[in-house]
Amino acid sequence: MSRRSPTGESRVPFADLAEVRSQFPCLQQQIHGKQLIYLDSAATSQKPSQVIEAVDSYYREYCSNVHRGVHTLSERATSRYEGVRPKVAVLINAPDPHSVIFTRSTTEGINLVARTIGRSRVGEGDEVLISAMEHHANIVPWQMLCEEQGAILRVIPCDENGDLILNDLESLITDRTKVVSVGYVSNAVGTRHDVKKIISAARTIGAITVIDAAQAISHIPVDVEDLGCDFLAFSGHKMYGPTGIGVLWGRKELLDQMSPWQGGGDMIRTVSFERTTYADTPWKFEAGTPNIAGVIGLGAAVDFLNDVGFETIQEHEIHLVAEAMARLDQVEGLSIIGRPSHRISVISFILDGIHPHDAGTIIDQHSVAIRAGHHCAMPLMKHFGVPATIRASFAVYNTHDEIEALTSAIESVKAVFR
Amino acid sequence: MNDIRELYQDMILDHSRSPRNYGPLDRENHSAQGHNPLCGDDVSIHIYRNSAGIIEEITFEGSGCAISTASASILTGVLKGRLEEDVRLIFSSFRKMVADDGEVPSGEGLGKLAVFSGVRQYPARIKCATLCWHTLIQALDGKMEEVSTE
Repeated sequence: MSRRSPTGESRVPFADLAEVRSQFPCLQQQIHGKQLIYLDSAATSQKPSQVIEAVDSYYREYCSNVHRGVHTLSERATSRYEGVRPKVAVLINAPDPHSVIFTRSTTEGINLVARTIGRSRVGEGDEVLISAMEHHANIVPWQMLCEEQGAILRVIPCDENGDLILNDLESLITDRTKVVSVGYVSNAVGTRHDVKKIISAARTIGAITVIDAAQAISHIPVDVEDLGCDFLAFSGHKMYGPTGIGVLWGRKELLDQMSPWQGGGDMIRTVSFERTTYADTPWKFEAGTPNIAGVIGLGAAVDFLNDVGFETIQEHEIHLVAEAMARLDQVEGLSIIGRPSHRISVISFILDGIHPHDAGTIIDQHSVAIRAGHHCAMPLMKHFGVPATIRASFAVYNTHDEIEALTSAIESVKAVFR
Repeated sequence: MNDIRELYQDMILDHSRSPRNYGPLDRENHSAQGHNPLCGDDVSIHIYRNSAGIIEEITFEGSGCAISTASASILTGVLKGRLEEDVRLIFSSFRKMVADDGEVPSGEGLGKLAVFSGVRQYPARIKCATLCWHTLIQALDGKMEEVSTE
């Protein structure tokens, strides 16, 4: 699968690329009569067999509820379920596995923070700071909170390259700022933001810091200790895990102070009609029967990431993105949207005089799956003055040949509209 | 693999490049706006319907993909001078042609609109072709709310 890059430098993908690809059943299929080329991993990544099998074996072999049965199956399910917490903690370098809360998604994690500590810390006239490049999941929950509390939503601006403008943070982070919530990596244009700088500015005035790591978690080592944030949210399905499962990590001392969000079974210690006492962190945030299969699948996804290793993942993806940028830059009539100083795994572009949706339909006919749309970042699309973009996103299983297939599909889009 | 040119026929490409009947309408007495939140397509339809129920003038404005722009452009051309009740019948046939799961209608009786018969092969694009139609019906019904495809 090796080929020469446009710069002439030899690019040999990591030795086990074929082996890694073979672990993804969904990639082994034809679409419209040709081998599927999946360049939409920023929407959701494909799942390796070990994740599919982990979910399958829970349902086939030890399906039972967690935290309540004394029978063998329930003990087995509980121990596998709880065993994923320390795995996730190690993945993000969290000191305490009990600071890992299982949620439905990144979205749910951010909503949990907004609805609990957000509601208690943000009052009338206070400010919540996000950035101009957020996914709607990191805009709308804060907007709802601000509306409810009479607070003000402020926005870190971005420049024409798709980099956040961070040289004026002092004017944006004031003593009225109670929460600062930013994405680690932009899902729309791929910018890896300098979140450490934002977090450290927020910490000096005691604001709560929240990181949306949905687009970072499968691409770079995420280290909550090093970042210094208070909360970090991500989803399983963008890191080779199942859909419907996410993680919210929080600083243990904050989580302990916070009141629960949803009430119900599994999050209580005792219930009477007069008074209910709550379970400890993290269980007080996990009301109801959780997504047991999802958590077990997530654990297998963490194993997959560790098996391949972030060093390999990063090296491979950096080469892929560099080559894709070089190839796309050669396509006449194609404009890359955003040229951030640090890019991860995502490239957005438009074609002269061709709407991204028309391009998306034609590219799909060439069995190449890309995303065409606003990427749940409508304010950012407005900033760049486009209604939508075409987005190609890469994962560890993508090959250099697939970049060729993408560029040739783009040429055929241009041929239709010539 | 479908032949992509069945979707992007010359007439569709032509109307998407140079939309007809584009712009505001001074003496409009019916109008509505439509929006597809999935892709961000926007369309507004402006109509002057006379007392006899004939659509004397019709224009559109907005932005969208080739299918949605061509659909609005061709629609305005076809419907100008037609009776409102005919318009509703034409929409019903058009919708059957692009969206029905059953037998493949020939597009017969639809005139130029038959050029959109390829859309049914692309379920994700049906809303692109029908957004302007839903907006048109909204305008004729005189409802003020924005039409949404979702």
